[in-house]
Amino acid sequence: MDFSQIVPALPDLWEGMKLTLELLVMAVVGGIALGTVLALLRLSSNPLLSGFAKGYVNIFRSVPLLLVIIWFYLAVPMLLNWITGDFVPVGAFASCLVAFMMFEAAYYCEIVRAGIQSISRGQVNAAYALGMTYGQAMRLVILPQAFRKMMPLLLQQSIILFQDTSLVYAVGLMDFLSSARSRGDILGLPHEFLLFAGAVYFMVSFFASQMVKRLQKRLAV
Amino acid sequence: MNYNWDWNIFFKSTGIGDEIYLDWFISGLGWTIALALAAWAIALVIGGLLGVMRTLPNKWLSGLATAYVELFRNVPLLVQLFIWYFVVPDYLPEQTQVWFKQELNPMVSAYISVTLCLGLFTAARVCEQVRTGIQALPKGQANAAMAVGFTLPQVYRHVLLPQAFRVVIPPLTSEFLNVFKNSSVASLIGLMELLAQAKQTAEFSANIFEAFTLATLIYFTLNMSIMKFMGWVEKRVRIPGLMVEGGK
Repeated sequence: MDFSQIVPALPDLWEGMKLTLELLVMAVVGGIALGTVLALLRLSSNPLLSGFAKGYVNIFRSVPLLLVIIWFYLAVPMLLNWITGDFVPVGAFASCLVAFMMFEAAYYCEIVRAGIQSISRGQVNAAYALGMTYGQAMRLVILPQAFRKMMPLLLQQSIILFQDTSLVYAVGLMDFLSSARSRGDILGLPHEFLLFAGAVYFMVSFFASQMVKRLQKRLAV
Repeated sequence: MNYNWDWNIFFKSTGIGDEIYLDWFISGLGWTIALALAAWAIALVIGGLLGVMRTLPNKWLSGLATAYVELFRNVPLLVQLFIWYFVVPDYLPEQTQVWFKQELNPMVSAYISVTLCLGLFTAARVCEQVRTGIQALPKGQANAAMAVGFTLPQVYRHVLLPQAFRVVIPPLTSEFLNVFKNSSVASLIGLMELLAQAKQTAEFSANIFEAFTLATLIYFTLNMSIMKFMGWVEKRVRIPGLMVEGGK
């Protein structure tokens, strides 16, 4: 084992880590936004809307993330082709981002739904009694409280997503894991670079989970 | 662009022997199930043990189990798989190494790696569920059992575990489903399970949408059937009057 070669390779690995983080941040933001919309649909009294959201969540939660990533990698360019009529280069990054957003939205949806349901019904009624519209009641009363409550769960899910971004290896995107592996192969030190990558993933996820635990304690009433 | 929709593709010849594409899916599904079941067996045994360890009064044992959980939960599954498949075999004794790398069918050596990896990965999650289950039981139960003269192993065997395992059936079900889904990473080291077969079909026949639609449907059906089955198990083993009904 020779770990000395890792130091000169750090700038390259950082490039990979930047892609991982970029993907993560965009997927988390997009996933939570889409997940919140789905949760609102799921809780709507319109059976068509809630049925759609339920079906969406059920389908995405019953298939592997890897399948979704490969599906989108192959299908998104074709779909765009049909819609726009000419060839649109999409690239692995965009297709992975869409895959992560849509997949994670199903998981975020369930968290947000539980969060909204944990706010007592009386608050909604009180908001309506004050003359607020549905949109106002959600935006000003329910969602701010719900998000505070579910913050730890949302963050925990995002830490899982951070680990899952390594699956983009399947479509050849140069994320942190892939760049560590390719560096390792070039230098003939595949084991060292792989173990180093594992250690970095471990440290980031471990410390992030510890922070979430502390946050959870602080938020607990 | 022209895309030739052809839902009959699954009954067409692959051009290899007299196999049709459906045969590939069936063999892929077989690998997926074989992987998931074996990994689940490992996860239940080790996860159950670790879960018990985490609730023991002994600091060393519970600390060891906590370390295991943190380690396996904070490293991505794919990294763990690469370590089991690429790194670990190099540190086996000479003879085992030759056997594993050269004599064994590559499909089987990949299978062993994935099963071990997935089993140990899932064990960390099972451990947490079992621990929660044990801690959810009223403290008085363990004390009462001690008071009537049970030893600690007896308390676990006759009082705590039979109840804890019943309580945690729903969360364990979702871990079981995760094993099926996670087994798809095996395709990345060349094991021809369901996802890999779907990908191969898409590449051979160029009928991408059909191939992946079928794979999605199979995973979906598998998921639903397991959920139904576990719901039935949960009902069957429920002790009347002991646990609160309702709430899935």
